[in-house]
Amino acid sequence: MESKFYEEDKLLIFKITDEIDDFSVQKIRRKADYEIERYMPKKVIFDFNSVTFMDSAGIGLIIGRYKFVKMLGGTVELANLTSSIRKIFEMSGILRLIPITNLEVS
Amino acid sequence: MKSEIENEMKLEFISKSANEAFARITVAAFASQLDPTIEELADIKTAVSEAVTNCIIHGYDKKQGIVKIFARLTENEIIIEISDKGKGIENIDIAKEPLYTTKPNLERSGMGFTIMESFMDKVDVESVVGLGTKVTMRKVIKNKVENEESDDEFEMITKE
Repeated sequence: MESKFYEEDKLLIFKITDEIDDFSVQKIRRKADYEIERYMPKKVIFDFNSVTFMDSAGIGLIIGRYKFVKMLGGTVELANLTSSIRKIFEMSGILRLIPITNLEVS
Repeated sequence: MKSEIENEMKLEFISKSANEAFARITVAAFASQLDPTIEELADIKTAVSEAVTNCIIHGYDKKQGIVKIFARLTENEIIIEISDKGKGIENIDIAKEPLYTTKPNLERSGMGFTIMESFMDKVDVESVVGLGTKVTMRKVIKNKVENEESDDEFEMITKE
């Protein structure tokens, strides 16, 4: 997973590059929480453009980061969801809390 | 209508979450013989990942055990059995409820069975407490037949 912080906007973007399952999610979670604590962003965007697979572990990952970022006074958005990833998020109901945003594919 | 089994395979591996990717990719490679669409293949991979995760996280609860997969293909359907000899499920109806999880502290979403049920055509769960759990999932692969039909149509149009 790659991350980039934009100081002027207090924006932290995570570009997830792994498949997301119960195995890989532990590493992603650790890195995300470390970066969130380090930068204290106002907004966090998770970019799914390079994610070729996600199961329900992704739901827990996003809900967990949403709670953490919210506690620190920030917001979370999701970008570049494929149709199957979107289907999984829709099923969980988290898209009612977490908006999908436009982010150019880099 | 029961169609004849055209192919089958078995897979056994240790209950390590590192094997989840191996399991879903192997089943998807086997399913590709039915010429599924990319979306159907993604559905199968997701459902297998959920079932295997359940065996590892819940069935064996981090203890080491063997996860077994038995997959069969008929002319247009894949049937996948995924089983463990772990602790079993006390109440299957409750376990299947969306958002129900016994491990909320580990950021488990409780959506595993819901995803299996919506991505596959049929999901059956058999479980005996102390003996293990077997999930049987079926999915009809529609792609092949429809494609052939549309190819024929296309041929007819071009002939005219």
